[in-house]
Amino acid sequence: MLARYRILLPVISLALLLCLTFWMQPRAMSYFGLNLLFNLAVPIALATIAQMMIIMVNDIDLSLGAFVSLVACVTATWLNDAPLIGVLILLALIASYAAMGAVIHTLELPAIVVTLGMSFVWGGLALFLLPTPGGASPGWIRALMTVKPPLIPMAVVAAILIAALTHILVIRSKIGTVLRGIGGNTRSIARAGWNVTALKATAYGLSGLFGVLAGMALVGLTTSADANIALRYTLLSIAGVILGGGEFTGGKVSPVGAVIGALTLTLAASFLSFLRLSPDWQIGAQGAILILVLTARLLFSRKGAAT
Amino acid sequence: MTMRPWVWAWAAAGLAFVITLMLTSGRGAGELAYAALSFGAFAAIVGLGQMLVITLGPGNVDLSIPACMTLSGTLALKTMGSDPNTALLGLVVALATGFGVGCVNFLLIWLLRLPPIIATLAASLIYQSLAIWSNRGLRIKPPEGLADFATGRFVGVPNVAWVALILAVIVWVTLERAVWGRWLLASGQNARAARLAGIPVEAVRAATYLSVSVFAALAGYLLASFSGGAALNMGAEYLLTSIAVVVIGGSSIAGGNSNVPGVIGAALFMFLVVSMLNSYGAGAGIKSVLTGTIIIAIVIAASTRRSRQ
Repeated sequence: MLARYRILLPVISLALLLCLTFWMQPRAMSYFGLNLLFNLAVPIALATIAQMMIIMVNDIDLSLGAFVSLVACVTATWLNDAPLIGVLILLALIASYAAMGAVIHTLELPAIVVTLGMSFVWGGLALFLLPTPGGASPGWIRALMTVKPPLIPMAVVAAILIAALTHILVIRSKIGTVLRGIGGNTRSIARAGWNVTALKATAYGLSGLFGVLAGMALVGLTTSADANIALRYTLLSIAGVILGGGEFTGGKVSPVGAVIGALTLTLAASFLSFLRLSPDWQIGAQGAILILVLTARLLFSRKGAAT
Repeated sequence: MTMRPWVWAWAAAGLAFVITLMLTSGRGAGELAYAALSFGAFAAIVGLGQMLVITLGPGNVDLSIPACMTLSGTLALKTMGSDPNTALLGLVVALATGFGVGCVNFLLIWLLRLPPIIATLAASLIYQSLAIWSNRGLRIKPPEGLADFATGRFVGVPNVAWVALILAVIVWVTLERAVWGRWLLASGQNARAARLAGIPVEAVRAATYLSVSVFAALAGYLLASFSGGAALNMGAEYLLTSIAVVVIGGSSIAGGNSNVPGVIGAALFMFLVVSMLNSYGAGAGIKSVLTGTIIIAIVIAASTRRSRQ
């Protein structure tokens, strides 16, 4: 029952925000308007899923923003100029994420510090690759990100697809259940005969995979990259996971919620600009919305506990 | 192993110092040490605050340090408005800002039961907006006397380093010799056990979140005076630095164990590593990669040392 309730609040917050946006700006209620509103949500949603994979196993990733930036730089340079080498680099990046998970588990290192250190490494590599903003998006990614499906805009289709696929992967599949078990009780999973190191590497590898997809989607939208393009994704993705009903411990995550959380954060930015709020206050208002939603969740969960 | 964890941070700082000087065959040792003490002081002050929070136990970390530094630096300089003899007023404004920030952070954590990471993150967005709004892109110079103090020296050591040292001694005495420090360590090791033992855990948490913000405010005030004005991005690099110096300094990231000398050594090390890579002509990208690698290497070295014990 509780898991079902958990998804309710993110849905209500998004619906409420969407209604307010349409009320402020009725013209947004169209194919074109929705696409504009949610366009940038696609990479953020993918990054949020990546962060969720890490939070699912009770860790936190402070390097995600730098990693997505690095992927964006690789996509805009190697993947565009020499696709084969580009793909190999991206695969190597995913593998290094998996290795990071294995190392963190075997040596019992604090994930927050290792990922902090890795953020310097990813950032440095990105700077090395693209010292000045530039590069170009590979044509097929650009085409994919700007495709115009009938009736429903691409951004919405993509969000639904991401949510559905990750829901099957994390909630329905066997491996997803075991991975969430790691967050719930690592020792019992180990006692049940699972190789925890391999499982942690899998979780981190999945995170790397979604991080790579986020970077590629971002370049498809922006058509060029720079080394700092996605640094704010670290905090956005953490906020998205929590907004979507996830918790920092216990493997309690919701992929659908995480995607909705990412959409809410993106929409909040647009909504605030529709409000004609002075740009000074836009960042602050995003923080306020975050606090508001979490307060609502507190009231909600207290009521749930009382009944 | 009888060596204390802080030895490693100091040894690493010394090594970086020597390697840098090998390039110049010993020339400029004084200048390098002076610069390390000046810049290391800011990292040490925020690092001490972050150390107290991290000592509180898993999940406790303050992500609002950069925003708090920027906000207090901005408000202090705006209040002083470059008028002479207002340095004290500015200090009071900065510390009061830090106090307010700490109160808000703790209220969010305590009343709304938000995880500290999210609470300080969301609140820091609001502080950032406040700073943007009050700053408006103006660059107000600090009063002359204050700027002289922030960049000046006393017995050959930068004044800011003295401030950091005094603060470190206070924190060390509080942690090692005062009841409050025992309470903090006990809460960090096992909050439930501490509560059952009659320790006012919530009061300890409140005091800790207030201290970190006041420390960050002090660092922001000094940094703004040191660099000739407050800038909106002036705190940005201190988010990662503050966490890194705590860990490199040998404090446990899982809490319940803190290490004041280590934080100082690590703060010096963080500056010296960058200047070492600079003097060997490393580009920005390689510099960053090496810094990250070194941080991780130290964390791994520390963990294998721990498991051998």
